[in-house]
Amino acid sequence: MANGTAAAHVNDVDFYHYEGKHKGIMSWLLTTDHKRIGIMYLAAIVVFFLAAMMLGVLMRIEALTPGQTIMKPQTYNSIFTFHGVIMIFLFIIPAVPAVFGNFFLPIQLGAKDVSFPRLNLFSWYLYMAGGLIALLSLFTGGGAADTGWTFYVPYSIRSSANVSLSVFGAFVLGFSSIVTGLNFITTIHRMRAPGMSWFRMPLFAWALYATSWIQVLATPVIGITLFLIVLERAFGIGVFDPALGGDPLLYQHMFWIYSHPAVYIMILPAMGVVSEIIPTFAKKDIFGYKQIALSSLAIALIGYLVWGHHMFTSGMSDTSRVVFSLLTFLVAIPTGVKVFNWVATLYKGSIEIKVPLLFVMAFIFIFSIGGLTGLVQGALATDIHLTDTYFIVGHFHYVMFGGMGTIFFAALHYWFPKMFGKTYNEKVAIISATLFVIGFNMFYFTMFILGYLGMPRRYYDYLPQYQGLHVFSSIGAFIMVTGIVLMFGNLLRGLIKGEKATANPWGGTTLEWRIASPPPLENFDEIPVVTGGPYVHDRETYIMNPIKVIHKEEEAVH
Amino acid sequence: MDNPIINSVDNVFILIVSISVFFLLLVTVAMIYFVIRYRKKRNPQASNITGNTSLEVVWTVIPTVLVLIMFWYGWSGFQTMRNVPADAMVIKVTGRMWSWTFDYDNGKKSDTLLYVPFGKPIKMEIQSADVNHSFYIPAYRVKEDAIPGRTNYLWFQPTMMGEFDIMCAEYCGMNHSYMLGKLIVMKPEDFEVWKNTLPKPLDTLKSDSLRVGTIPKDSLRVDTVKTTKDTVKIMQVDPKIADSVGQRKIRRMKK
Repeated sequence: MANGTAAAHVNDVDFYHYEGKHKGIMSWLLTTDHKRIGIMYLAAIVVFFLAAMMLGVLMRIEALTPGQTIMKPQTYNSIFTFHGVIMIFLFIIPAVPAVFGNFFLPIQLGAKDVSFPRLNLFSWYLYMAGGLIALLSLFTGGGAADTGWTFYVPYSIRSSANVSLSVFGAFVLGFSSIVTGLNFITTIHRMRAPGMSWFRMPLFAWALYATSWIQVLATPVIGITLFLIVLERAFGIGVFDPALGGDPLLYQHMFWIYSHPAVYIMILPAMGVVSEIIPTFAKKDIFGYKQIALSSLAIALIGYLVWGHHMFTSGMSDTSRVVFSLLTFLVAIPTGVKVFNWVATLYKGSIEIKVPLLFVMAFIFIFSIGGLTGLVQGALATDIHLTDTYFIVGHFHYVMFGGMGTIFFAALHYWFPKMFGKTYNEKVAIISATLFVIGFNMFYFTMFILGYLGMPRRYYDYLPQYQGLHVFSSIGAFIMVTGIVLMFGNLLRGLIKGEKATANPWGGTTLEWRIASPPPLENFDEIPVVTGGPYVHDRETYIMNPIKVIHKEEEAVH
Repeated sequence: MDNPIINSVDNVFILIVSISVFFLLLVTVAMIYFVIRYRKKRNPQASNITGNTSLEVVWTVIPTVLVLIMFWYGWSGFQTMRNVPADAMVIKVTGRMWSWTFDYDNGKKSDTLLYVPFGKPIKMEIQSADVNHSFYIPAYRVKEDAIPGRTNYLWFQPTMMGEFDIMCAEYCGMNHSYMLGKLIVMKPEDFEVWKNTLPKPLDTLKSDSLRVGTIPKDSLRVDTVKTTKDTVKIMQVDPKIADSVGQRKIRRMKK
């Protein structure tokens, strides 16, 4: 660093206490610091998550009895639509990349910020704008959209609800996603510290790299598709509406060309977090680094080509159904490879059992169920029976919420001391995690049975033979939500009253554990030099403050 | 009577679930065993193992073979579903918000209730009058979407007597969950009588001839009646297409 003295001054205090050009709230709203932007994303994402979770609770209360329990069908339909829209577009897609990616990617690469810090802030504003537009749609026009988060035509064109505005909200959110993706790709290509070759990058960075490419390449498709819906509703252009010569299946293709790769946008970063947490607590190098890194790319690549498996009963040609089924099975292989490598990493480790590792173990169990039930749906014969039933709802929540959601919680507990410089109560965290896992499995596993028995999804009312299972599922949901509320309460308490955290509470090896908790404004006094892989426990692979080290060595020589 | 579609769906399901349970147990048991066996107390010093090429090959190749087998069985079951037997009876089904109409080849129509003769393969030609729906008979493991502007199909063989639920499986608006129907599998001779009975006006009906819950022999329609307390849906004989024997069935549905 040329300006060594100034940098040292900047890094005297942590990034929360650094006094920049702006004070108070403006020091957040106008910040270009990747860590502050990460925290702002975290605040917004947690609020959206809790709101959508409460919508889910309302649905589970409604499902307690056949017929009306607490709401009317139109309300229920809007609630499941917004539960989906908020969870997908405002929580699962951005959660890990926008919060932990923003906060930790530059640090793990040994950089002081992302490549385009202003663009990074801009993407936060796009995110907030998209979220607020979606919320605005609840209170304006014909009322809350009632189409499901998939916005299938022709219903989304005919519905008198305010579909256009919520679709436009998702459209704006897409830009936020694209901009963040671009930023990460550039950062990974250009900002790695000296000596950090591609295969010395932490696996979290690899996962974000694969994710970012999907974000950049696939998101424009959903942008165009959703925009066409708005045009179709406003002007009747007739691209999708069969009454005007359009094709509803074209919409489904375009929607899933994005939305299937999008599930890998959701899960890949979570897989990256798992690859960080396991070596830290096993106190050993990851098993099969290259296989895990390359399987992320393989998943991203094959994940592009499987969208048709959402349309096995749509009337798509039989040839397409067979090809998409085959490709779907192929995507299971790199996913399996990852799971095997994670478990193998534990072999002959010296394992410290802490909350983040417990969440990761829960993840491996839950995600395996989610992945394996995906095989049932990849097979054509069984999918015909199970698609659009509760089986899909169960599968989807196992992979997405059980996969990405559990890891979001794991990442919160893993990086909490680093992000906030505080600790949380470990016992309460373990209790909340246990409640979460028990409730989760009661809640969603029951859905597989309901689905096999033929209970269709998105049903406000149901036939009486399904009631017992619905009640059991709802009880599971209430237990799970209790766990989640307790967990956030515990973290909030840690944030306010927690003891001061040390720089490296878990004995992690990647770069974020070699700087103070919370990190100083510019992360590093001097850019570190990398001499080995990211998870080496038995020797030092990073040279921190290399200039000082060289000076010392020179002094020793003289 | 053997049902090729139900058999193949259930067999593929059992095959995949068995393999899945094996792998789930393998991964979970190994994970828990490692965490306990190699916890810090028992194993204070980790051995730094960074990988093993032959293991990687094994756990890439074996799953590849297994998923290809699963794909193969899924596909062959699917071929059964798509190859309609030549002697199948064609019934046209039209979905609309929020009911099903069935059209038979002799011009006979039926709302909500799908009458079929036992044992005869049935080909459903599926259309929609408005938005997307999906014609689903869980008991027979068949489903296909009704997409406006196109005709999709499925076939099944009614190998069980009795009544079976028909549901709409593709979200279609406010009363999606009420877009229900019944598949009624009858003795072939009864079916012939029903099919060839021409509709008669409402005034000739004997509405008390059948009770709720028995197999109705009529085309019904759903009427919505507002009472002071709630809206009640009444399934009653459609006067335009009613048969000589009628029935009245009331389903209370709070709205």
